[in-house]
Amino acid sequence: MKVRHAIGMAVAFLCTASPASAQIDFTGQWAPLYHEDTIERIPGPELGDYTGLPLSEAGRMRADSWDADRISVVQEYQCRPHSADYSLRGLAPLRIWADYDPATQRIIAFHTHIGAYENQRTIYLDGRPHPNAYAPHTFQGFSTGVWEGNMLTVTTTHLKENYLRRNGVPRSSKATFAEHWVLHGNYLTITHVVYDPVILTEPLVRSESWFLDPGQRAGLFPCEYLPEVPAEAGAVPHYLPGTNPWLKEFAGWYALPFEAVRGGADTLYPEYRAKMGAYKPKDKCERFCNCTGFGDCLSPTGGR
Amino acid sequence: MKPLLLTFAIASWVLPVVSAQSVDEISVVHVQKNVYMLASRAGNVAVQVGDDGVLLVDTGTAPMAQKLFAAIRTLSNKPIHTIINTHLHADHTGGNLALVKLGAGGPQPPRVMGHENTYNRMVAAAVEANANTPAAALPMNAYFTPTRDFFLNGEAIVLHHVPAAHTDGDTLVHFRGSDVVATGDVFNPDIYPVIDIANGGTVSGTIAALNHVLEITVPAKYQEGGTYVVPGHGRICDEAEVVEYRDMVTIIRDRVADLAKKGLTLEQVKAAKPSRDYDGDYGAMSGAWTTEMFVEAVYRTINATK
Repeated sequence: MKVRHAIGMAVAFLCTASPASAQIDFTGQWAPLYHEDTIERIPGPELGDYTGLPLSEAGRMRADSWDADRISVVQEYQCRPHSADYSLRGLAPLRIWADYDPATQRIIAFHTHIGAYENQRTIYLDGRPHPNAYAPHTFQGFSTGVWEGNMLTVTTTHLKENYLRRNGVPRSSKATFAEHWVLHGNYLTITHVVYDPVILTEPLVRSESWFLDPGQRAGLFPCEYLPEVPAEAGAVPHYLPGTNPWLKEFAGWYALPFEAVRGGADTLYPEYRAKMGAYKPKDKCERFCNCTGFGDCLSPTGGR
Repeated sequence: MKPLLLTFAIASWVLPVVSAQSVDEISVVHVQKNVYMLASRAGNVAVQVGDDGVLLVDTGTAPMAQKLFAAIRTLSNKPIHTIINTHLHADHTGGNLALVKLGAGGPQPPRVMGHENTYNRMVAAAVEANANTPAAALPMNAYFTPTRDFFLNGEAIVLHHVPAAHTDGDTLVHFRGSDVVATGDVFNPDIYPVIDIANGGTVSGTIAALNHVLEITVPAKYQEGGTYVVPGHGRICDEAEVVEYRDMVTIIRDRVADLAKKGLTLEQVKAAKPSRDYDGDYGAMSGAWTTEMFVEAVYRTINATK
C-alpha cells in the first residue's frame, strides 16, 4: 500500500514538473557577447553609417539632420536611457529573475535588469492585455510574453521615442517590437524585430547573445544632467537639409559607394552588390581592425 | 439666441481628431497623487480631487458634459470647486455651463478661471454669433498677470500664462504637490501644433510655451517620470516627450525660416516639404489641421514676437 502511494506521488510530481506547455527558466546572471555588430555597439557607430537599416525617407532625413551636440546642449538628453529595444545592444550585463504563481508554480513574469542606465523591465506572462492608448509610454515599454515551444516570444508596445542606432537614427514612439528568446546550453540568444511605421519601410531584425555568468554583478550607472556648455535657452542643435558635413566620412573611410551606406531596404540584401558597380574594398583594414569587444577596439589613432 | 451658439461660434477651432459635437467613451486614467485624466477622442480633462472639492482643467465638448460628469463622480462626490479653461476652443470649454450646473452644491457656485485673453475672445465670439451666453459659460474669474496661484485640496496650484502660443490666452496648470502639468493644446504628442493665428497663436510663442513646460517639469531617474504632463489630447506624457516635441517644432521652424530667408514664397516652402521627416509622427493629409496648414502657420508667424 505504501509503495503504491509513493509511486502515485512520484507520477503526480513528474507530471506537474513537466507540463505540456513547457516553460524555460531564463533566470540568472548573463554576460554580454559583442561578436555581433561589434563596431556599432562598442566603440559606437560612425556618423552617416546607416548600413543594414531599412530606413524610410523620413528616417534618413531625421538622421541626416542630427547633430551630436544635441546630447550636450539639450540637458534632457544627457541621461536619456537606451530604450528596451536598443538596450539589448548596449552595455548589457543582464540579470533575469522571475515571479511564480504560488498555486501552479508556473512563471507569470520575468524581470530584467540591464547594466546601462540600470534599465529594468517586466515581461508579463499572465495573459494580461496591453494598456490603452492613453497610458504613458516609457523607455522600456509594456511587454507581454507567450511560449512557442521552448521559445519565449515577447511583444512590447507603449515605447517612448528613442534610437535605432546611436548616431542619430531615431526610432519613433509608434514603433513596437517582438523578441524571441532561445536558450542553447549556457547561451541565451534574443532575436528582436522592430516594426516602425515611420522610420522603417520593413521590419528591422537584429540579434544579441549572452552567456551564463553566475559571478557577474551589474554595477551602478550614475547619471546627473547639468549644463555642460554655454548655450542659448531652448537651443536645439541640428543640421538644415543638405548642410551636414559629416555624412560622407564613413563611406570614404571604408571605400564604400555613398549610396550603399544610406540605408534603405534594397541595400540590405545580397542582390544590392550588383548595383554597387566596381566596388573594391581597401587592401588593408584601417579602422577598428579585429575589434571583438571592450578591450581591443582601437581607433585609428590608437585610442579606445 | 441659445447659449449653445457660443459652442458653434468657435466650434471650428477644435483639433482634427474630434468634432465639437462628438460624444465618445471616456477613459479614467490616474496620473499621479490627486490628479486624474479623463480622456476621450474629444480631448483630455485633468481632474484634481480632494477634501475641498473637484477641480477641472477644461470641460470637453458640450454634448459630452453628462458623460464627463458621470466619470468625475467615479472619482469624487464633492461639488465642483473650480474650472480652469486652458484656452477658448469649444473642445475645451464646451462643457463649462453644464458642468457648472451639474457640479454645484458647494457654498459657492463653481468658479470658472482663465486668462483674460481667453475670456475676451470667448465674449467676442459670442457677440459675433449674437449668442446670449450665460456668465457661467465664461471664465469670469480671469487673470491678466504672468502667473496666478492658489491652494486647493492640499496643494499649491499655479496658472502660467504662455503668450501667443496655441492662442494668445493659453494657460498651463501646474499642480505642485501632485507634480502634474496640464498643458491644454500647447502640447499634443500626436499632432503638429495647432497655431490658431486668428486667435493670436504664433510658432515662436508655441516654442516658448514648450520651453516653459520644460522649465516646470523635473524628471525622475533617467529622464522618466517625475513631473507628468497631461496634454490637450492624447496619452499621458512626461518631460521626455515634451523635449522631442519642442525639438521637432524648433527644427521645422528653423527650416521654414531658412527657406523664407532665401526668398521662397509660401507655396514654394510648402512644396519643399520642410516637415516631411516628421509627417509620419505628427502630420495629416486631411482633416481640420493638415501638415500644409501647420507649415503655412509657421511661415506666416515666423517673425511674430510672442
